[in-house]
Order: sequence, then C-alpha cells, then structure tokens
Amino acid sequence: MTPRVARVLRRRREGPAIWTLEIESEATHAFAPGQFNMLTAFGVGEAAISLSGDPGKSGLLIHTIRVVGPVSAALAGVRPGDAIGLRGPFGAGWPMTAAEGRDVIVVAGGLGLAPLRPALHRLLAERSRYGKIVLLYGARSPRDILFRRELESWRRRLDIDIEVTVDHADSDWRGHVGVVTTFIARAAFDPFHAIALVCGPEVMMRFAIAALRDAGVADKTIYLSMERNMKCAIGFCGHCQFGTVFVCRDGPVFRYDRVRAMLALKEL
Amino acid sequence: MEGLERILKQHPFFAGLEDAFCDLVCGCAKNVSFQAGQYLFHEGEPADWFYLLRHGRVALQIAAPGRGALTFQTVGEGEIVGVSWLVPPYRWSNDAKALELTRAIAMDAACLRRKCESDHDLGYEMMKRFMPVLIQRLQAARLQILDVYGVHA
Repeated sequence: MTPRVARVLRRRREGPAIWTLEIESEATHAFAPGQFNMLTAFGVGEAAISLSGDPGKSGLLIHTIRVVGPVSAALAGVRPGDAIGLRGPFGAGWPMTAAEGRDVIVVAGGLGLAPLRPALHRLLAERSRYGKIVLLYGARSPRDILFRRELESWRRRLDIDIEVTVDHADSDWRGHVGVVTTFIARAAFDPFHAIALVCGPEVMMRFAIAALRDAGVADKTIYLSMERNMKCAIGFCGHCQFGTVFVCRDGPVFRYDRVRAMLALKEL
Repeated sequence: MEGLERILKQHPFFAGLEDAFCDLVCGCAKNVSFQAGQYLFHEGEPADWFYLLRHGRVALQIAAPGRGALTFQTVGEGEIVGVSWLVPPYRWSNDAKALELTRAIAMDAACLRRKCESDHDLGYEMMKRFMPVLIQRLQAARLQILDVYGVHA
C-alpha cells in the first residue's frame, strides 16, 4: 500500500485540461495493456490513472490525466524532475491473448483512448497475430483529439483501419462529424470472428455495445473498461464495488456478459 | 432509366426494393454531382429534393452568428442527405455542403410525395426505410447534446 517515489521526466499537453506524464520506471515494472497505477500527488491525494504508454518499452511509464479535481490537477501540474508517488500496476487488462487470430475492433471515446493506447501498441507490434484491426475514435471536437500525431502515423499504415470523428466542428475541420457509435455498422470486420475493446464514457459505451451487438458481435467477445472511484486498488476498501465485483481488482476491463446485468442497474 | 434503376437498387438505402416500387421511385430520380464547396441546399429553402450519396462526403451545417458554419454531422457514400422533405412544411432546417466531389441520386421530393399519397404501400415502404435513419440521427443528436466527453461535476 506504500507508494514508491518516482520521478517525472516529461510533461506534455494533449488537449484542453489533459496532460501526459512520462515517469521513470524500473525495468521490472512491466504492465499489461488496460492496467492502471495509483499516482500520488504528495500532500494532496492519490488517484487511479490508466497506463497509456507502449507496454513494449521498458524504463518509462506513461499516464494521461484529465484535470477533474484537486488530485488530478496536482498530478497534471507536476514539472519534469518533480517526485510523485506510485503504486501498481493493478487490475485486469485487455484480453490480448484471447484476441489473437481474431479481428479486433477498438471503439474509443474521449479520454477512453488513453487506456486503449497500450493495447493498440501491442496489436501493431505483434500485427501478424491478429486479423483485421479497426480503430473507431470519437472526440468532442477537433481540438480534443488525443495522440493526434500518433493517430496520423498509424493511419498511414496499410494494415489498420482508423476512423476519427468528432461530435461537433467548425468549417475548418475536414474529417468526420458524428457520434462514434454510428461508425460501427459501417466498419469492415467479421463480427462473428471478432473481439471488441471499448472504452469511453459509460453512456457512449452502452450505445457502442448496442451497435456491436446489432452488428453481430457476441456478448462474450465484447470487453469494456469500467471507471469507478478506486481507492485501495486491491479490493479491500470497497469504494469501487460494482455489484458483485470490485473494479480495481476484477477489472477495470470486464467481459460484457459478466457485467451486463449490473450495467443496466441505475443504482450502481 | 435502366442504368438509374441499377444504381438505385445498389444503393444501401434502397437495397431489396421491389421492382414495382423501384419503377415508381426511378421516375422521380436523376443523377447529380456537386463540386467541393458547392451547397446541395440551404437552410430555409423548400425541401424539393433529397439525395442518395454514391460517392463523396457532405457536411450538414448550421450557421451561428460570430461562429461561422458549425458542422453537426458528415454524411458519406451509401447514406442519405435530407429528411425534411418527408413532413410539412417541407423546408430545410440546415445547410448541406459538399466537402469533396460528390455524386448522388437526387430524388424529386414532390414527385415522390405524390406517388406515396396515391400508393400507400409505396408510402409505407418509404417510411420503413426512412424511420431507422431518423431514429439513428435522433439518438446521435441526443448523445451530442449530452456532451458525454465533457467534464461533468
């Protein structure tokens, strides 16, 4: 439960109130795509933040943080050389092994692209292990698009389909405008032989799941990353209890058929 | 007309349309194209046509004072542009601007409305095809209004 002290190497602005921190890491600090760390802003508090970097690169941990409260504001405000506290990695990640041999459709909304980014790095690093790879990403507006240069670089590859859409735009924007969930029906993949990775605001995920099911993707091949108020990160404190599971310990990535009933409960 | 009939049947919106209905619909259709930057229609104008996109992309926009044209949806190949022709007062509620060279089948709305009035089976067939589009756009608009990617206290 005691965080170790880690040094921030770089800080980069990704968008309005969104910052990426590069943190020094021990070479042994391996993580699986979809896992998270508990980061401490000393004197302020601790927060669960998804790992958003390349799991194939050792010596560096990357976290993308949106400022929503005092802790995230303090973490996003650190400067290179500053020390933060770090515990982790925690939780169950994306089903990279189960995805092998299948088409992979990745549906991301807003900051939800950050927890999916390590999975995308892994998919592209081990490209031959997977069928078609489709990334559908929705952002609020063009200036809110995360990891823009990386998306543009991936888009130049011939072995991944990427569609980026925004909810609204001015006339300077030449790309798609519309909600990301409507792109699922048009995406080229085999729904009966696919696995879907979904992350974003819960409302967006519910609509994405509905569209995936309409397209023929089975519930047991849809995975989503849940967000709840995580404190201890090891399933003791109960803050992140979601029905019968703890999001920190049993998730944050869940197979849809295992949380389907709970997602429908407004009380949870 | 045979060429147009084939094109019409190949368009996803009219997939599986019965031959008899296809003949009726084809009588109201013509091929059109728009250069990048050209408007298909403007807000407030009579909704005399709607378009089945075959190629290209169209931005649906509303102009706001001081903010210019705001795009709330882009529509591409296989989709339709224009639903205001279906219900009175048959006026466009937004602008539609081609973002690139766009080829489409333009449907004469008044012609189709007349045929739907006189043949309710055709009218029902058209409604069955338009309702999913309308509902999908309504749901999309709800998600946009909810601003799900924003920071909410």
